Amino acid sequence: MKRFARLVAALDRCRRTREQVAALADYFRDAPPEDAAWAACLLLGRRPRPAVPTARLRRFAAAAAGIPEWLFAACYERVGDLAETITLLLPEGRGLEGVPLHAWLEERLPALRGLEEEAQRGCVLEAWRGLDRTARLVWIKFVTGGFRVGVAQGKLVRALARVSGLEEARLASRLAGGLHPTAAAWRRLLQPAGAEDDDPGRPLPFCLAHPLDRPLEALGDPDRWRVEWKWDGVRAQIVRRGAEALLWSRGGEVLNASFPEIAAAAMRLPGGTVLDGELLAFRAGRPLGFERLQRRLGRRDPGPRLLAEIPAVWMGYDLLARDGTDLRDHPLDARRAGLEELLKTAGDPRLALSPLLAVAGWGELRRLRDEARRRGAEGLLLKRRDAPYAMGRRRGIWYKWKADPFRVDAVLTYARRGHGRRAGLFTDYTFSVWDGGELVPFARAYSGLDAAEIRAVDRFVRRNARERFGPVRAVRPELVCEIAFEDIRRSARHKSGVAVRFPRIVRLRPDKKAAEADTVAALRALLKEKETAPWNEPPSATS
Amino acid sequence: MVTHAHADHARPGCGSYLANPETARLLRLRLGAAIAVQELPYGEILDLGGVRLSLHPSGHIRGAAQVRLEHRGEVWVVTGDVKTAPDPTCLPYEPVRGHGLVLESTFGLPVFRWPEPAAVVAELLDWWRGNAAEGRTSLLFAYALGKAQRILAALPAGAGPIFLHPALEAPTAAYRAEGVRLAPARRLAAAGARGDLAAALVLAPPSAAAAPGPGRSPAARAFASGWMQLRGLRRRRALDRGFVLSDHADWPGLLAVVRQSGAERVLLVHGSAPELARFLKEQGLRAEAAPQEAAGEEDEAPP
Repeated sequence: MKRFARLVAALDRCRRTREQVAALADYFRDAPPEDAAWAACLLLGRRPRPAVPTARLRRFAAAAAGIPEWLFAACYERVGDLAETITLLLPEGRGLEGVPLHAWLEERLPALRGLEEEAQRGCVLEAWRGLDRTARLVWIKFVTGGFRVGVAQGKLVRALARVSGLEEARLASRLAGGLHPTAAAWRRLLQPAGAEDDDPGRPLPFCLAHPLDRPLEALGDPDRWRVEWKWDGVRAQIVRRGAEALLWSRGGEVLNASFPEIAAAAMRLPGGTVLDGELLAFRAGRPLGFERLQRRLGRRDPGPRLLAEIPAVWMGYDLLARDGTDLRDHPLDARRAGLEELLKTAGDPRLALSPLLAVAGWGELRRLRDEARRRGAEGLLLKRRDAPYAMGRRRGIWYKWKADPFRVDAVLTYARRGHGRRAGLFTDYTFSVWDGGELVPFARAYSGLDAAEIRAVDRFVRRNARERFGPVRAVRPELVCEIAFEDIRRSARHKSGVAVRFPRIVRLRPDKKAAEADTVAALRALLKEKETAPWNEPPSATS
Repeated sequence: MVTHAHADHARPGCGSYLANPETARLLRLRLGAAIAVQELPYGEILDLGGVRLSLHPSGHIRGAAQVRLEHRGEVWVVTGDVKTAPDPTCLPYEPVRGHGLVLESTFGLPVFRWPEPAAVVAELLDWWRGNAAEGRTSLLFAYALGKAQRILAALPAGAGPIFLHPALEAPTAAYRAEGVRLAPARRLAAAGARGDLAAALVLAPPSAAAAPGPGRSPAARAFASGWMQLRGLRRRRALDRGFVLSDHADWPGLLAVVRQSGAERVLLVHGSAPELARFLKEQGLRAEAAPQEAAGEEDEAPP
């Protein structure tokens, strides 16, 4: 536990990739396999389940620090991180605790989860006394389920390649299906090349699109490129081997339980097939929007009602292996031809083919992009016809060209202090639009401003705070911002009647007065346009 | 009446100033030799229309003073910025008793507990040595007046080459002129070939944006401030390290000042004034956050 905590502290401190990789390699060089497996899983984003409710933890901490609970709350508000607040408030521990990482995660924390408050208090206080500050911070983040220190998989792979002598590509491919936090899985990950055939049920590393960062004309002849809609769904590979078909997410999760009808359809594919595509909630020839898909994602073993209410399709766009042969080095055109053939043979409407868009010239592509949103897509994907299926995000092979977001001008009406890196500054904003003579909140946004703008808005909030509701300040409605968002839908829960997806601040509009901000009516108009837009090119399995 | 020579207190444009002699010298440096300053040494009493006024060390930076005001037997103490931790560059904080206390509470929350300054300096030396071994400049941000000199006083002579950003030259020279022992440091402008900075520690004010590192390897950056207690602030500034070294009282320090003053009424200014006031009230004192002047709220903002 102590060694892992020191690794976390080092990763937090080091800004340079080289130093981070060195810190990782130092840790993994001699960590016992059962700990190393957990460490890697945690750094790749696995979260331990919360073991103690945070309200209890706050009570324990306030009592242990000898301060009233309101003062604890004020400290938390200032620090912006619960585990750090507790760590700072408690006296330094003895640092004697010697329970290894895997024992905490596999035995101690699950056991803690089942205890009554009083018994939990005893265990928590004992752990706090035994852990030093560095370890305590990490331990509390485990207990709250808020452990989020991560590293890019690429860095972990580099460190492991250095420690094991294996090639990075092999490690990446072994990691593609996720990692189990067990010593056996760890040994399999690092075993010498050739000693085994890599697990055949695993997905292959995904090829990722690079944002379009150049004028279209720089891509050369439009005829060298294939164009598809960029779907707003969940990327998923179908791996059909032996007696099973697995649906893999990019995060290395198997999605079969949430999409049993897709998994069943995939059994129609011949063995030895690996396909790449996207899961979508889909009805009557058009996508239903991401929030519906999320309901499917969140439910394992959905009942017939949910299956009927939110039908899903898997929209295929690439073929990575056929009859057990890796086709990733073949040009896209050849892979696409194979994909069309396989899906046609399977003949299941739930395995659809992502249509190719006929584009005569770059001008037409611009027009299509403007249409994307109304057609339920996020934008366009451009794929070079002669390119292989690359590992990771490589320039020049796949480009994503997202449609312009929706934009409105809104007024800042409430602000509260941020967390983590933004602790202490007012960085969480509520924006409102006009409904008659009243400002109605419609979106909360945190991102989009640079450091200097964040400071400017922070100063504005401090100077213009009208009322204080605990951590929240109501501010004079004077600051107008341009807000962008990706999607808009009806919502009974929001006072404005609409909910927007991924709102963020595009820019401050000091040139605009609050009275010039947009209205609820304008939002409803966006919604109406979206809902009534034609979808006259339904995708089909036989483009 | 100026308690100390930091820029947010030493404002230009007054007809006459009243300050302790050390602060007076720093004021002339900042505002020009021509300003009219009445000097009042620590402990001497000045009668101002029936109010007996005297200054006492507040330990914040060199020359920093608390103001004791006595009128018809009632005594109020205004601490100005105050630090209870030891600092070799100035006189230590002196407890002053009074019926009322006006206390600055920049760090008035129990999460602020400063580590031993000696331990922080040891960490700093380790960091510097580590960077020097890799041929990387160590760039340390510190407030130009007070903090920078406190660091120079704590560094052992011979630890390595130290350079000063231009903004630090005048206050450092002023400290030296008064006989404060500081580690030798050169002007940044005197650094010649790029090798000069490779193993060096460069002290710069927090506002210095550009890192004066030698071309190839960028400097390691650190900040010495009480705010560095908070991880989020360290990460926000993209710092390699944060050294928790403050010229203000921490939570235990503030409570000690209140206790030692014996005051029954306490007014809090800056930072977490409402929170500290509530805490003191629960301890049975008459305490409240002083109404802040409009510009004062900005001092609350961490770096």
